[in-house]
Amino acid sequence: MSSESSPSTTTSAPRAIVAGHGEFAAGLVSAVQQITGRGGQLIPVAVHQLSVEDIEDLLRRRMIEHGVRVIFTDLQAGSCTMASRKILRGMDDAVLVAGANLPTLLDFVFSEARPAPEAARHAAERGRAAIVVHGVAATGGPGGGEGR
Amino acid sequence: MTVELFRIDDRLIHGQVVVGWGQPLDIGFIVLVDDTVAASDWEQELYRMGVPPEMDVYFHSASDAIAAMPKYLAESRRGILLTGDIATMQRLVDGGVVHNVNIGGIHSKPGRVQRLRYVFLSPDEESQLRALATNGVKVSAQDLPGARDVSLPDLLAGSEL
Repeated sequence: MSSESSPSTTTSAPRAIVAGHGEFAAGLVSAVQQITGRGGQLIPVAVHQLSVEDIEDLLRRRMIEHGVRVIFTDLQAGSCTMASRKILRGMDDAVLVAGANLPTLLDFVFSEARPAPEAARHAAERGRAAIVVHGVAATGGPGGGEGR
Repeated sequence: MTVELFRIDDRLIHGQVVVGWGQPLDIGFIVLVDDTVAASDWEQELYRMGVPPEMDVYFHSASDAIAAMPKYLAESRRGILLTGDIATMQRLVDGGVVHNVNIGGIHSKPGRVQRLRYVFLSPDEESQLRALATNGVKVSAQDLPGARDVSLPDLLAGSEL
């Protein structure tokens, strides 16, 4: 069944929903809270054992309750993304970021001066750019090194 | 190659299908059989955006799917056929194009009883599944390739809960 949790301390009102598989949302929001103390801007939503219709209903209710227009999800192909896209259809002022990661959310919670949809777009770019591969590839393929 | 999996999953295209089954089976296409989605360009676009670019998605109503199945069964790539409910899969079985049914996810709704972590069934739906098995169709539940394949008797007994 669904489950939600809030960080023990918050610094501001909710500005976005985080939803995904398993404990993805609670885990990421917990990490944001631990790093920044600003986890209260994010509402984690878990969707265990729910149909797409029920996920859609749950996310819509949370958006209305908290007056938010931004949803972060874990996977482009995921049920939360599918449900969110249905909800956001026709909502020109709302934003869905699929494939969100921790750097995405960290950037978002520090962008309080921007309107939340604009902050989400900016955060998505930061999250995309934050993926870095360390180490030297040994395959010799394009971009891979032979060892230096 | 052919259609590797005939799956009932009320979430249709989602992570378990695209990634959980799609990657280990090297799936090249998905046949999504649903009367509502087949009639909605917008919903088709929604589901197309959920799959990687190298994977094709084909949409059919139940009646159209029966006629189209020989083409998919002769495909050089591996595929998955999806329906969102038992009744739609029953129509494909009646059309003679499905002999094995995988129950991948039927979620909680009023009137349904939980039979497995990811399977909830109403009495009517249980009867539909029994009818499939009586007609020679192998019916089992398995959400992911590495999970146990739960037989229909075990599923209906709720012994895997």
